[in-house]
Amino acid sequence: MRSFAYVSAPDVDTAVRALADQPGAKPLAGGTNLVDLMRQDVERPATVVDISTLPLTEVEVLPDGGLRIGALVRNSHLAAHPAVRTRYPVLAQALLSGASGQIRNMATVGGNLLQRTRCLYFVDATAACNKREPGSGCDAAGGFHRAAAVLGASEHCVATHPSDMAVALAALDATVEVHSVRGSRTIPLVEFHRLPGDRPERETVLEPGELIVAVELPAPIAGRSAYRKVRDRASFAFALVSVAAALEVRDGVVTAARVALGGVAAKPWRAIEAERVLTGAPATEETFRRAAEAELAHATGLPGNEFKIELAKRTIVAVLRGLGVPE
Amino acid sequence: MVDVELRVNNEVHRVEFDPRVSLLDALREELGLTGTKKGCDQGACGACTVLVDGERIASCLALAVQYGGREITTIEGIEHPLQRAFIAADGFQCGYCTPGQVCSALGMLAEHRAGAPSAVTEDLTATDIPLTEAEIKERMSGNLCRCGAYDGIATAIREVAS
Repeated sequence: MRSFAYVSAPDVDTAVRALADQPGAKPLAGGTNLVDLMRQDVERPATVVDISTLPLTEVEVLPDGGLRIGALVRNSHLAAHPAVRTRYPVLAQALLSGASGQIRNMATVGGNLLQRTRCLYFVDATAACNKREPGSGCDAAGGFHRAAAVLGASEHCVATHPSDMAVALAALDATVEVHSVRGSRTIPLVEFHRLPGDRPERETVLEPGELIVAVELPAPIAGRSAYRKVRDRASFAFALVSVAAALEVRDGVVTAARVALGGVAAKPWRAIEAERVLTGAPATEETFRRAAEAELAHATGLPGNEFKIELAKRTIVAVLRGLGVPE
Repeated sequence: MVDVELRVNNEVHRVEFDPRVSLLDALREELGLTGTKKGCDQGACGACTVLVDGERIASCLALAVQYGGREITTIEGIEHPLQRAFIAADGFQCGYCTPGQVCSALGMLAEHRAGAPSAVTEDLTATDIPLTEAEIKERMSGNLCRCGAYDGIATAIREVAS
């Protein structure tokens, strides 16, 4: 690991000032991704700003029925929170399906959003990767790309965002609150991550010096929600495909639908087309399949990952079927 | 260099660290506590699991400078019936992953007692969750065993939990 300057920030103001003063400085919270990538020489910050003791660890139920989640709430604590378990089960399930018990105890909400892709060629400093080294090429396209994207990819990058939590947050209409020395702003979660285009090294809309301080959820829609993750082994593996969905059905008709996909794109993929088909349609297998077909209509695969297109469709149908059945 | 007060197994150590040093390397190389093992050094195997304020973490992904003042417990500080249960149930062969397995299992049992759900918990609203075989395996999935002693490990944990 390369040498770096270590700054411990006691409060948010100190943290954002340190991030502003030191271009290229990285905030360090749980460390589960950043420390690993620094060790592999993929991340090379000159300065690390330790934000792990900032007072951003509260989960607060808001007067409007929503939830405000501090950026440093640990993944395990959020999953176990009564309000999340009872009112946002899709979020609890997504969090619990990610990583391992040890890592969930370390990983934070803010860090989870900012984690980097697990594309094998991104984490291998000797490989060509436009995300890690702009202009160097993409070894994934002609290499082992089972986990690669089938939606929103480009010729420059086929990496996927690895988060489970963020997929649930995308379905729940979450917003991300960020602070910097210039002030604060709120970004819809679905606009927080970028698609690669010809600049795959730019993964989020965060400006230099901006720090995530909280994530907010509006009150959940009526009806039920669930997260389903399909992966190569039953636990402690990244998603090939995942689906977060919330469905409200009245008299056999879908009155509200929220669907997001994981493991298929460089961002948590809000399934707008699927939602359009679902809303107002009868809650039937045929509707669910039409919704899945609509969402994946423009998906494109590589030889090693095109199976994920049909897998995503079937997983969408399976999750909606589970939610659409009357309790 | 950063001055850190590490509290490990109820002893206080003042140590100067290069901020790059992981908690795992600090324990093994600086404090001589070699019970905690380095397997993958990237958070994937669980051999380095220790307890911090009673919660299990992967010490290889932790920078030592972040853990000043926290109560760290390593296998050297543990005397628990689970260890005898591991022996009785053949919960290991080479033993390399065992310190991490034991620390992880104790952390896991505390999480379960506190009512925390897992990915296989059917009723997320329940706080008294039966610790079934499936629950034990899911909750211990962060600890790998190359010898494949998983059945014995699960048996030992189940016996201590009941």
